[in-house]
Amino acid sequence: MEFPILSLITWTPFIAALIIMAFARHRPLMVRLVGTIGSSITLVGSTWLYFAYDHAKAGYQFFEWFPLVPSLGIHYQLAVDGWGLVLVLLTAIILFAGSFASWTVKTRGQEFYALLLLLVTGVFGVFVSLDLFVLFLFYEIAVLPMYLLIAIWGSSGEVLPQGVFGWAFKRTGVGTKEYAAMKLTLYLLLGSAFILVGMLALYTAAGSTTFSLLDLQQVKYSPALQSWVFLFFYVGFGVLAGIFPLHTWSPDGHASAPTAVSMLHAGVLMKLGAYGVLRLGFGLTPEGALQWAWLVGSIACINIVYGAFSAMSQKDLKYVVAYSSVSHMGIVMLGMATLTEQGINGSVFQMVAHGIMTGLFFALVGLVYEKAHSREIFKMGGFATMMPGIATAFVVGGFSSLGLPGTAGFVAEFLAFLGAWQSAHSWWLFPGVTGAFLTAIYVLRVAKQIFFGPKSADPHFQDLPDAKGTEWVALVFLVCILILFGVFPMLMVKPIDTATVAILQHMGLGR
Amino acid sequence: MMNDRVTLILLALLAPVASFLLIAAVPPLRRAGRPAAFVSFAAVLTSLASALRNWQLSGEGSEPIRAAWDWLPAQGGPLATMGVLIDPQSTLMLILVTLVATLVQIYSLEYLHTEPPGALGRYYAYQSLFVFSMMGVVIAPNLLQLFICWELVGVCSFLLIGFWYRKPEAARAALKAFWTTKAGDVGLLIGIVLLYRLAGTFDLLQLKHSIESHTFETAGLGLITFCLYLGAMGKSAQFPLHVWLPDAMEGPTPVSALIHAATMVTAGVYLLVRTEFLFRETPEVLALVAWIGAITALMAATLACVQTDIKRVLAYSTVSQLGYMMTAIGAGFAGAGFLHLLTHGVFKALLFLGAGAVIHAVHSNEMKDMGGLFKRMPQVAIVFIIGTLSLAGVPLFAGFASKEEVLGAVLAGGFMGPFLMLLTAAFLTAFYMFRVVFVVFFGPAKPAHAHADPHAHADAHGTGGDPGLAMSGPLWVLALSALAIGGYFTLHHAEAEFTSPAWLTPAAVTVALSGIFLAWLTYQRQTISADSLASAFGPIRRAALAKFWIDDIFEAIYRSGLLALARIIGWVDRYIVDGVLNVISAWTLDGGDVLRRIQTGRVGDYIFALAAGLVFLMLWMGGGF
Amino acid sequence: MPLSAYLTLSAILFSIGLFGVITRRNTVGILLGVELMLNAVNINLVAFSRFHGTEVGMVFSLFAICITVAEVAIGLSLVILLFRMRRTAIADQIDWLKG
Repeated sequence: MEFPILSLITWTPFIAALIIMAFARHRPLMVRLVGTIGSSITLVGSTWLYFAYDHAKAGYQFFEWFPLVPSLGIHYQLAVDGWGLVLVLLTAIILFAGSFASWTVKTRGQEFYALLLLLVTGVFGVFVSLDLFVLFLFYEIAVLPMYLLIAIWGSSGEVLPQGVFGWAFKRTGVGTKEYAAMKLTLYLLLGSAFILVGMLALYTAAGSTTFSLLDLQQVKYSPALQSWVFLFFYVGFGVLAGIFPLHTWSPDGHASAPTAVSMLHAGVLMKLGAYGVLRLGFGLTPEGALQWAWLVGSIACINIVYGAFSAMSQKDLKYVVAYSSVSHMGIVMLGMATLTEQGINGSVFQMVAHGIMTGLFFALVGLVYEKAHSREIFKMGGFATMMPGIATAFVVGGFSSLGLPGTAGFVAEFLAFLGAWQSAHSWWLFPGVTGAFLTAIYVLRVAKQIFFGPKSADPHFQDLPDAKGTEWVALVFLVCILILFGVFPMLMVKPIDTATVAILQHMGLGR
Repeated sequence: MMNDRVTLILLALLAPVASFLLIAAVPPLRRAGRPAAFVSFAAVLTSLASALRNWQLSGEGSEPIRAAWDWLPAQGGPLATMGVLIDPQSTLMLILVTLVATLVQIYSLEYLHTEPPGALGRYYAYQSLFVFSMMGVVIAPNLLQLFICWELVGVCSFLLIGFWYRKPEAARAALKAFWTTKAGDVGLLIGIVLLYRLAGTFDLLQLKHSIESHTFETAGLGLITFCLYLGAMGKSAQFPLHVWLPDAMEGPTPVSALIHAATMVTAGVYLLVRTEFLFRETPEVLALVAWIGAITALMAATLACVQTDIKRVLAYSTVSQLGYMMTAIGAGFAGAGFLHLLTHGVFKALLFLGAGAVIHAVHSNEMKDMGGLFKRMPQVAIVFIIGTLSLAGVPLFAGFASKEEVLGAVLAGGFMGPFLMLLTAAFLTAFYMFRVVFVVFFGPAKPAHAHADPHAHADAHGTGGDPGLAMSGPLWVLALSALAIGGYFTLHHAEAEFTSPAWLTPAAVTVALSGIFLAWLTYQRQTISADSLASAFGPIRRAALAKFWIDDIFEAIYRSGLLALARIIGWVDRYIVDGVLNVISAWTLDGGDVLRRIQTGRVGDYIFALAAGLVFLMLWMGGGF
Repeated sequence: MPLSAYLTLSAILFSIGLFGVITRRNTVGILLGVELMLNAVNINLVAFSRFHGTEVGMVFSLFAICITVAEVAIGLSLVILLFRMRRTAIADQIDWLKG
């Protein structure tokens, strides 16, 4: 048996969490070191995985298998294909950056790091599991720690109750971190209910003998079953991917969450949703996917434009970034709905690109907040003089966000647009492109307001320091990766393409 | 030999990239300022040398050389490649870009000598990136690479316009420039995507080949060429997307010379020259290009007449000249437009750098603060006049031949309306440029700029004469180039693709000279007072002062359109979409409040309920109901 | 005697017990009612056991009796604890379960 690299990557954060809980009480430095070492191991492991993956052979590789509950067909079965490969790498990158971005967490650092690492184990697990049951377990592990992370370490904002439903805002406490945490958890659990039903339906229809994705893929399900199971997967995973109108947990959740959690959540967890739709929805119920692609794509178009406009109207920096995630996840969903090679490549690449970019953004917002103790865009001004490094990174992130060539965002969006025009619904191209243009407006508007122009006269905003020490690590690392993938997109697109071609053939769309 | 030329071009491309990365990634170098500038010089000189050597190696009528490397993989062959395409057009354009870039970088060192070293390092990093991106546009063998570099050029423009980002006007102008060109780029991107589905390739040579051999349907081509033109419209400041270029003058003057006169703004024209074979298939789009070009030329020339800021006069003049190039292309003669692009690049860079020297000495952009500068700075005055004569289209100077070529092309294309508009614009060009010359260099000397701080005041007098070598050197190189080009075309009349009528040359010269004469009468002799001239054209003047309200329309679209819509959508999302959800949660909470009342906490009640349930079950199971 | 006679007795006993549990306000009274109900069940078990001629029911009833003893012990101690804490043995006044 070869070296279980996937298990190593998946369980290292978990073990690090255990070590932190067991041995690092009242030793903040040790907590951080263990967390960082754990994330470094996963990063090295994922990089090694990337290079060890046989790109020529393609398909699933690095199999690991042992039975858990053989009588029900539940096995611990791990493997990655091109998609899993790049997403594992993405997760490791964000975790690495996030562990540095959390360096300054003050209260209960021990539990914070432990929960963060636990969550990441869940994320890795979803990307590498081939057994639906195990995948679901990992999915829940990835979702649940979020509640504690937001409710304990989060920050509350203020939302004025307005409009006909104003009374409900007072009743539910919109704006508080507890509200955000509860909303997020309830939404995602609602999603998992749909997912579980869909999984069990397929399991039963396939004869209740196996949960293995590979085996279930071989079964020919009836079109009616495929149709509703796909919808269940779409809604269930789509909640996590922020599809309209089920996206409202995401701005509140991201705005309330602490920096590293926002990074991981927007950077990686939302991708779990998109990945789920792609892997389970498209992989297991291809006919359902073909039947409902119009819906997926049309809602994605709404996401793109609507999210961009919503982002434009925000006054709170974190909300801007959060809504931009809603908009960018629209491109992910649009890409896959095109059912073309370029579109799906673009979709998966956008997951990576957006993950890194939004991770960078949230790290920056966290830094700005830490220095200026404000997220009010229109109170800030002229920060570039005081924090040139943060300003530079923000502008690079903004450029990637608006799809500027030379950054990863461009290639992803371009591929998605190319796919959109080649798909059966070519009009999707236009909302997509419009969204990219609107992004240029709101991102640069915010950048200009905060960093350029004359210095704000507010006494709180004088002599703010630039990033320093470990804070640089996340910024420099993420900026370099954004540009690296933008200049050499084949690094990502090559493995992605192998998996895309396979799934298109499976769906009967291959060339 | 082929490999030699590819290597040369790659060297030319990679030197600025290396310089950019070095300056950007090594903070001590960037903060040192001048050393960073020398790194950038070395890179751009390498590029210039490579470009010149490449030109030297190019033989007559040689085939285009293309080299490409895979960039984006896809099933069954790469989706996109990156590479170089060397043909006569890119060879010449490369020389223009690297020459002007080199001169501007040298010039900037003196022009920006008061900047802190860190800012200087940043400036040269942007400059290096710009040189690379612009060369990338020029040698792009396919539309995708062209688009990529095109956008990068736009970013450099954004960064350099906003170089003095603390000035609110500069930050605003940078955004305006980026957004306006980006709006055009959306069109370009759509065009490229559409074209890919139609033709299955981004490659220019392949596209040309398939067009010539009629291997694909040209049914939807009109929309595609229109989309491509939208991109060119934004970049090359064609009506109505020209609004950003005058505002872009907030950037340092050398930047205006390089980016907003000689190179980047001509990228749109270059794009049309490159894809001329596509446009040829869609005459209706070409006609649109011609008409919009002519409108742009005339409108911008009118606007230039009422500007008081010397850089803005030059900016509108650039817009106007870009209109000329576009009209020639629209008339079907891309060669004429390209020729004007090259000559204009030289003399407009010269004019901007000359204006920069004046601004540097006077510390003001306003022409009212200038006057009688011929005596103070004769060298600058001479080169500026050479540039002005070129721009006005006076024989023996660079602009003459190309302008006449453009006019002839438009006439040959059968566009009488645009031709007349261009002729009017030529008259106005001569008028407003000589207005600048007479007011700035010959009028009565003005006191030093009132707003200047004491230090600058002393400075203005101390170094008030001709600038140092770093600034005057580039000026002379450009002036001599303009003269040389003019001389070359006087001796070798270019073989035209069309025949122009015999009256064209005298007509063009007459128009130019009468424009100069009017300016002389008004601003030198003052036989005609400027005020009476202004009142004679009252309504037009008022409209021109309001920039024909085009900027206001865009402002309104942005504020009352986009931002208002955003506010509405943001409100709907928060209070309706999310509101419905909150109502459901509130109802759930209220429902819980109601239901918790039945939990009295008294054991007896629970047992009673239990017993009642039991009785109910017994009756039900016994079929009692 | 027919089986129905035993079952009727058991049902009456159960009802009396249930009535006591519901109407008694004193916790000790409630406990007594519960005892009656349990014994009604025991009668049922024994009667069925006899009727079917198997010993299983007997064993069950013995089992139930043992548990009842334990239950009474725990129940009474709970009542005493409650009385100590609340100074009352009236069930209606103890509503800690209120939501």
